[in-house]
Amino acid sequence: MLISILLAVSITLMYAAPLMFAGLGGVISENAGVVNIGIEGMMTIGAFCGAAVGYFSGNPWWGFAAGGLSGGLLALVHAVASISFRADQTISGVAINFIGPGLALFLSRKLFAGSAMTKPVEHPIPTIFGSYAAKSSNLLIKAANIEMTVPIVFICALVLWFVLYKTSWGLRIRSVGENPAAADTLGINVYKIKYVAVFVSGVLSGFGGATMTLAVMNYFTQSTISGQGFIALAAVIFGKWKPHGTMAACLLFGFAQALVVLLGGSNSKIQIPSSLLSMLPYVLTLVSLVLFVRHSTAPKADGIPYVKGH
Amino acid sequence: MGSKIAELLNKTATKIILAIVLGFMAGALALAVAGYDPGTSYSMMFTSIFSSPQNMIQVLILTMPNILTGLSVAFAFKTGLFNIGGEGQYIVGAIAAVMVGGVFNLPPVINVIVIMLAAFLAAGLYGALAGFLKAKFGIHEVITTIMLNWIALYLNNYLISLPGIGVKNTEYSFAIKQNAWTNVLNGWKTSPQGQAYLAAHPALSPILLGTDINYGIIIAIVVAVAVSFLLYRTTFGYQVRAVGLNKDAAEAAGIRVKKSIVMTMFIAGGLAGLAGALQMTGTLPHALVTLASQPGYGFNGITVALMANSSPIGCIFTALLLSALQFGGSTIQMNLGAPSEVVNIMIGVIVFFVAVASMFTMISERIKRRRVKIAD
Repeated sequence: MLISILLAVSITLMYAAPLMFAGLGGVISENAGVVNIGIEGMMTIGAFCGAAVGYFSGNPWWGFAAGGLSGGLLALVHAVASISFRADQTISGVAINFIGPGLALFLSRKLFAGSAMTKPVEHPIPTIFGSYAAKSSNLLIKAANIEMTVPIVFICALVLWFVLYKTSWGLRIRSVGENPAAADTLGINVYKIKYVAVFVSGVLSGFGGATMTLAVMNYFTQSTISGQGFIALAAVIFGKWKPHGTMAACLLFGFAQALVVLLGGSNSKIQIPSSLLSMLPYVLTLVSLVLFVRHSTAPKADGIPYVKGH
Repeated sequence: MGSKIAELLNKTATKIILAIVLGFMAGALALAVAGYDPGTSYSMMFTSIFSSPQNMIQVLILTMPNILTGLSVAFAFKTGLFNIGGEGQYIVGAIAAVMVGGVFNLPPVINVIVIMLAAFLAAGLYGALAGFLKAKFGIHEVITTIMLNWIALYLNNYLISLPGIGVKNTEYSFAIKQNAWTNVLNGWKTSPQGQAYLAAHPALSPILLGTDINYGIIIAIVVAVAVSFLLYRTTFGYQVRAVGLNKDAAEAAGIRVKKSIVMTMFIAGGLAGLAGALQMTGTLPHALVTLASQPGYGFNGITVALMANSSPIGCIFTALLLSALQFGGSTIQMNLGAPSEVVNIMIGVIVFFVAVASMFTMISERIKRRRVKIAD
């Protein structure tokens, strides 16, 4: 019993980790007042670069870093549009969601002999107990042997929470998202803060994508990122635009994905058609938004382009 | 001279054409970096379309759903809503079409009308659900419609897995009855007389037998005209646009904004559903197919609507452009080995520059200011 609970927890954490990275990305961007619908596209490019660099370098950490960097670079495109050119942030985000997957598949076909799928990564992200768990006969250790990306995302959440609420930097970020004009008069460089926030948001989303291809699966394909970016955005709303709330929401959505795996197994007691099970995370996201979103308000200037001197 | 350029840059049409040009340039850059000659690739994309009548027809077949999903997005845009749910609404429309068209035996023409109405209603309600969640709970329609897209996809797959609906050991559902197909000369081309005629006229047979040539695009164009009429010549259309321009002013003028949001999403959903229905009646296998990824027409609609600046009539032409691009993209993959995804990059860049159209306004203002300075 303990072992199956532990197994459920570790599968939940495994699926929640990519969502958590992306969700934290959404938190920082939206707290600085930039709506980031493009998280999905940033996750996709991060997932591809993670798998590709992980495959060619043989080192998952290089892949992980490349995933974050590629997400960050794509986010800069969104930043230029939404901050400098005051574009409609939703439309710009949609453009990112075309460019990210387009670029990922384009590069995949170029690098992997015309295939829309990368080769499997030989060395995925290591687990916390590593080879010790393989040798150990202790079933508890085997069940609790989660990937390193899980502790990393929790550290990221802690750091983000600390930065946002305990440092002057965080105060600046939040003031830019709430009232950029007031922040501006206090001498805060509104554009710079927004740029940094959107870039970090992209890096985190890219980490989320790379977690998908280096810790959850071990290759990239067209359907690796299928709505996780949007589920993460729902988690941001659900989590009231706060890091800890978003993390909790991601855990819930990760649990829904874990259920798909746990209940979908051939030896499970209840037989539910796999297509209905696969629907679960999306239905749960919708239902939880309906039930809880009323108590949730976005940063005041979220999504509104800031024009200096207006 | 400078002021003329400045004025020209400020026109919506100029901005969109510039966005398309920049999209092509980005595609050329991607191709060049990947080691393919952009000139050769682009000319192949273009010439392949006109190399045979079948190819031209294929582009038109592709254009039909793109017009309708484009109209769906454009209609929602008019009231300030972003309908990213075209994918799911398309699927729901296709499901309704196959359920009605595969079960009921109705006389010709009436059956197609009934199928279209059923699809419009089902997909409309699916769209209205997102509208309701927006109006009642304030949940952003972008997130709800994306969730609804995936739910529709798995619903489609679930239905095919059911024994009464799916055909055993295949990836298909049962098909729409043949007398409800919207193919050109549908019954005749496979009849003995038709076959004899086609044997005597070899130029026609690849078009009629080698493609799914169907009336869908004509219906789509009629619908585009109807949507344009609805938006610009009726009170309802006026209300939709008023809500889009200024929600508070519309509310103050007595327009029920929430009701308008739900109704707009109903119509937007219905339009995307029609695309699914006409695809089922017009193209093989005339049945639902198990989906591994989204069909893509809903997302195409976003590009179509943005390039058309949400003009319903404009959607006809931008859908044609997009479909030609996508068809051309598949030919460069076949013939040159150049990744067809270059088209997705181009589409993304076009959408991006439509989003930053204000950039052109800023440049235009800068030119004007410089002229004023010189005049001083």
